[in-house]
Amino acid sequence: MRYSGLRVIKEALTGHKGWRPAWRDPEPKKSYDVVIIGGGGHGLATAYYLSKVHKITNVAVIEKGYIGGGNVGRNTTIIRSNYLLDGNEPFYELSLKLWEGLEQDFNYNAMVSQRGILNLVHTDAQRDAARRRGNAMILNGSDAELLDANGVRAMYPFLNFDNARFPIKGGLLHRRGGTVRHDAVAWGYARGADMRGVDIIQNCEVTGFKIENGKCLGVETTKGFIGAKKVASCVAGSSSRVMEKAGMRLPIESHVLQAFVSEGLKPVLDGVITFGAGHFYCSQSDKGGLVFGGDLDMYNSYAQRGNLPVVEDVMEGGMALIPAIGRVRMLRSWGGIMDMSMDGSPFIDKTHIDGLYFNGGWCYGGFKATPASGWCYAHLLATDKPHEVATAYRLDRFRTGHMIDEKGVGPNPNLH
Amino acid sequence: MIINHPLLGPRDAQEFTYLGDASLIDRPDWQAEDAADQFHEYVYLRENPAGLHKELWFHEQGDRSWLVVTRNTVTHEITNVELARDVARARGRSK
Repeated sequence: MRYSGLRVIKEALTGHKGWRPAWRDPEPKKSYDVVIIGGGGHGLATAYYLSKVHKITNVAVIEKGYIGGGNVGRNTTIIRSNYLLDGNEPFYELSLKLWEGLEQDFNYNAMVSQRGILNLVHTDAQRDAARRRGNAMILNGSDAELLDANGVRAMYPFLNFDNARFPIKGGLLHRRGGTVRHDAVAWGYARGADMRGVDIIQNCEVTGFKIENGKCLGVETTKGFIGAKKVASCVAGSSSRVMEKAGMRLPIESHVLQAFVSEGLKPVLDGVITFGAGHFYCSQSDKGGLVFGGDLDMYNSYAQRGNLPVVEDVMEGGMALIPAIGRVRMLRSWGGIMDMSMDGSPFIDKTHIDGLYFNGGWCYGGFKATPASGWCYAHLLATDKPHEVATAYRLDRFRTGHMIDEKGVGPNPNLH
Repeated sequence: MIINHPLLGPRDAQEFTYLGDASLIDRPDWQAEDAADQFHEYVYLRENPAGLHKELWFHEQGDRSWLVVTRNTVTHEITNVELARDVARARGRSK
């Protein structure tokens, strides 16, 4: 069933009796060409592009809970293509281009809103770094504009411009960045994959891998053994737990990142802004709540909740940047588990086990990468060659010294 | 979180900075045949368990000692705290 405005009107006039579930709820078959572990944004996008672009439809997505119940439902919904390094920026630019055409492509309203992202600068050195980053972005086909303080003031007059410690001296504006309705991304990809024959199997946890003579033959699950020519792990946040079952240790630590939403306000913030003097970023949802976040809690964690010191730190960042939010009440806070990699960049690669593939290490930037991650992972699974914009995302890059360390902080996962 | 410091008693975790897995105490032998492999594993690969995790915390805003804290990464419950010095000595390091 295709969705359209006409369809909405027709259903409204006929008592909404024609709507059908957007995807089936099948029992697993004995075997598949490809089994994808993890029904989050990346796993579902991979299934979608496998079936649509590569015409591989004998595919199952196995999810231990319900689809979209993990990090794709727990992020702050921002999309952007504003990376510095060559290993990263072409990948994120592909992702942003896919976002731009996504809703027409999968016929689902994901509320992609290119409302612009403004990274504020507070010192001369930060302005130089912003100019360098902007140039790298433009060289890779993205867009960037350096604003002075008056340019920022024209957009957001309520910011704390003349703070003695953190005066706002300008900002790097990335107009094509923005926000997306995150749950709809999972649902849209799920529906598109299901329509092409992919089995989405929920409430089915992978308990082990069947590996013989260095080849992966399938997965043991709570619904029994499922054979597969190729098994693709895609469970960022839990990567170490899943790959440990295949005897692998990863260059990843799991950390908790908190996010927050305020009570609904009238429209005040029409783009995304990031504070350059502390870790705080903020946008306003279409329901009116301010959606914002900051730093990790800094210690290894698999608990989907954080502690109060970081709550206080994030609020202080917000108050330093936008004093006007001082009397806004907080509605909710939550935590998500991040695969923090050793250089802050992700992995899309084969493993040393034949037929077993790995996608993970997305740190706290996985959401914006969803379309390109699916696109490149599907390419790898279908052709056994990395996609040209994802060649740097190798698992062995630490051994060979080809780290992609945007922040230059070395092998300290909690600092990326 | 409260970390029960072996010398100073219960202290707020905010006084500490976090480094990571306590396996970082066991620095490989740089003269070993396979030193490059060992250092690759030592620097970059992690067990990253969901459950009990031995980890290094530095009492930066206190007595500046390194601690080995045993903490559950699923519940954040701390079950044991030792001086990293004692742990290293128990393994036969620097008398």
